[in-house]
Amino acid sequence: MAGTLLMGAVAYDPKVVTIWDGFRDWFAAQGLAFDYVLYSNYERQVEALLAGHVHVAWNSPLAWVRAARMGPVTAVAMRDTDCDLTSVVVVRAGSGIESVADLTGLTVAVGAVDSPQATLIPLSYLRSLGVDDVKVQVHDIGVGKHGDHVGGERDAARALVSGAADAACMIDGNHLLFGVEGTMPAGSTRILAQTPPYDHCNFTVVAGAPADLVEQFRALLLGMSYDDPQVRPLLDLEGLKAWRDGRTSGYAQLERAVDEVGFYDAGGNVTAEDYRP
Amino acid sequence: MPVGQAVEVRGRAPELAVHLRAWCRAQGHRFDWPYVVRGSAAGAHRRGARAAGGRHAVAAHAPGHWGVAARGALVEAGGPDFPFALDDKDEVWTAAAAGIYRQAVASQWDPATAVDWDEPFELPAEVEAAVVQVMTYLIENENAALVVPARFLGQIHPHFREVVAVLAVQVADEARHVEVFTRRAELKGIPLGLSTAGGQASLLTLIEEPDFALAHFLLSVLGEGTFLSLLSFLERFAPDPVTRRVTHLALADEARHVAFGMAHMEAVLATDPTLHARLATAVRRRHDALASTAGLNAEVFDALVVLAAGAFTPAAIAEGFARVQALEADMDEGRRRRLAKLGFDPDEAAELAELHTRNFM
Repeated sequence: MAGTLLMGAVAYDPKVVTIWDGFRDWFAAQGLAFDYVLYSNYERQVEALLAGHVHVAWNSPLAWVRAARMGPVTAVAMRDTDCDLTSVVVVRAGSGIESVADLTGLTVAVGAVDSPQATLIPLSYLRSLGVDDVKVQVHDIGVGKHGDHVGGERDAARALVSGAADAACMIDGNHLLFGVEGTMPAGSTRILAQTPPYDHCNFTVVAGAPADLVEQFRALLLGMSYDDPQVRPLLDLEGLKAWRDGRTSGYAQLERAVDEVGFYDAGGNVTAEDYRP
Repeated sequence: MPVGQAVEVRGRAPELAVHLRAWCRAQGHRFDWPYVVRGSAAGAHRRGARAAGGRHAVAAHAPGHWGVAARGALVEAGGPDFPFALDDKDEVWTAAAAGIYRQAVASQWDPATAVDWDEPFELPAEVEAAVVQVMTYLIENENAALVVPARFLGQIHPHFREVVAVLAVQVADEARHVEVFTRRAELKGIPLGLSTAGGQASLLTLIEEPDFALAHFLLSVLGEGTFLSLLSFLERFAPDPVTRRVTHLALADEARHVAFGMAHMEAVLATDPTLHARLATAVRRRHDALASTAGLNAEVFDALVVLAAGAFTPAAIAEGFARVQALEADMDEGRRRRLAKLGFDPDEAAELAELHTRNFM
């Protein structure tokens, strides 16, 4: 549709419709014609973005890495909550595992095969510390959704607590969540390692997208205030307090992890084995 | 604490820094271990929030965005609008509601213990059948008396919580009445009686009345008001102790429902000068709608006679018939008295009392 900014989003949860319907109405009220297209997985979304089916994609960090390999793209905005995340490697308290070196030969539970935060980045971090001989126990939930579904991480945490795994990987916020909700009872686990900070999602714009609409979109996002009662429910649903300019400095760890396991090749082709989004 | 100010965080938990980083991100604070720098989002939910009326002051109008918030609560801006159709104090409020609710709660009884279901008695077969027919009739009337307040319960803005509470207890009262009348009907194992098309048609007009004030008037002032005479009659002439007890228990509840209906009508009539005419029209309209129906079914009338007779002999039946005639006169007198109390002149009160459904409720 002429004059309409089209955005792709992945339907990782039914609330995605609520979120983007809300944003669509709000953008319309601000004078921006905006619509969205839902994809079942990030690989399809990235391919559609690069094919020009949509102008902008609400991308996972892994989708950003792939898009950046496939063609000229820019990151125009991201959530405040997408900045400076860390992942942790957790063991059972009293397990006797005192350092990451002790994990050699043991079972490490991770999230979905394509989860940056619960699989790719923490395993890469362990390798950087010299730990590359572990049995990886994958908890595949929502494959193709790049770990957006919390279920894989929760199952990894459960595997740790039950003794089915010796360690589990998860994002720092979920370590806090799993303690609060009782998945990992307080005092039952210990953090063995924490990755350096990295960044998460961004709005990825394809070359050739209408620059005026993209700029209007970016300006409206950055102008959204958490003090605005009309906007606040949308921000709460999407999990942020403020939008920020896009930055791409926080994806180096994930780039390295993707190369180490051959998840994508240099041209952005999917080369990971046993990955069926 | 102003935005941008830092606070140092100390603690012994080994995960403190990991969790604090995640918490700061979620709350919009800046994480600068061991400091937390206050972000601007904190407290946003309270900015622009307004109180849902005063704790002790009932508002003249309860806006939809107050939703189901407690009276006096601070309501965040931007919340949803609740479609409560009855949101004006003038439509629903009576100052008597709080007191009637307290009385209602204090008067609750347990069907399992308030009635001695095992008390032995035997009735002549004709009298037992009459009791069962009367119970069958009472149950369908109580079902209607449950549905009417239940339909309006969900439409009244919760800001008027005392009114909602009275109606909620009233619904629970009717559920208990249905239970005890059913247990009495089934006590001796004979089949239930007849439910007639005319009786159900009368109750349907009650349930279908869309206006709260009119429905409450027809149900509680005229219908339940008439039932006070009926239940009192049944308690007085009950041929067995269980029938006497269950009608006694229901009578006390129904008296409270009538008191609430009268209090509500007096309050609404004081603020709406057109209501007298609308109430009168509602009675006439219902009478016209039911003109082609049979009214009280013959089985119920006969059953009341036999029940009041207590025995199936000509002399007893004659006595029972006289008692039912006296009951109908008493019902009419009660309706006139209540209508006059609501400000109808004697002639109109007599006319409207006469036009009330022959099905009693």
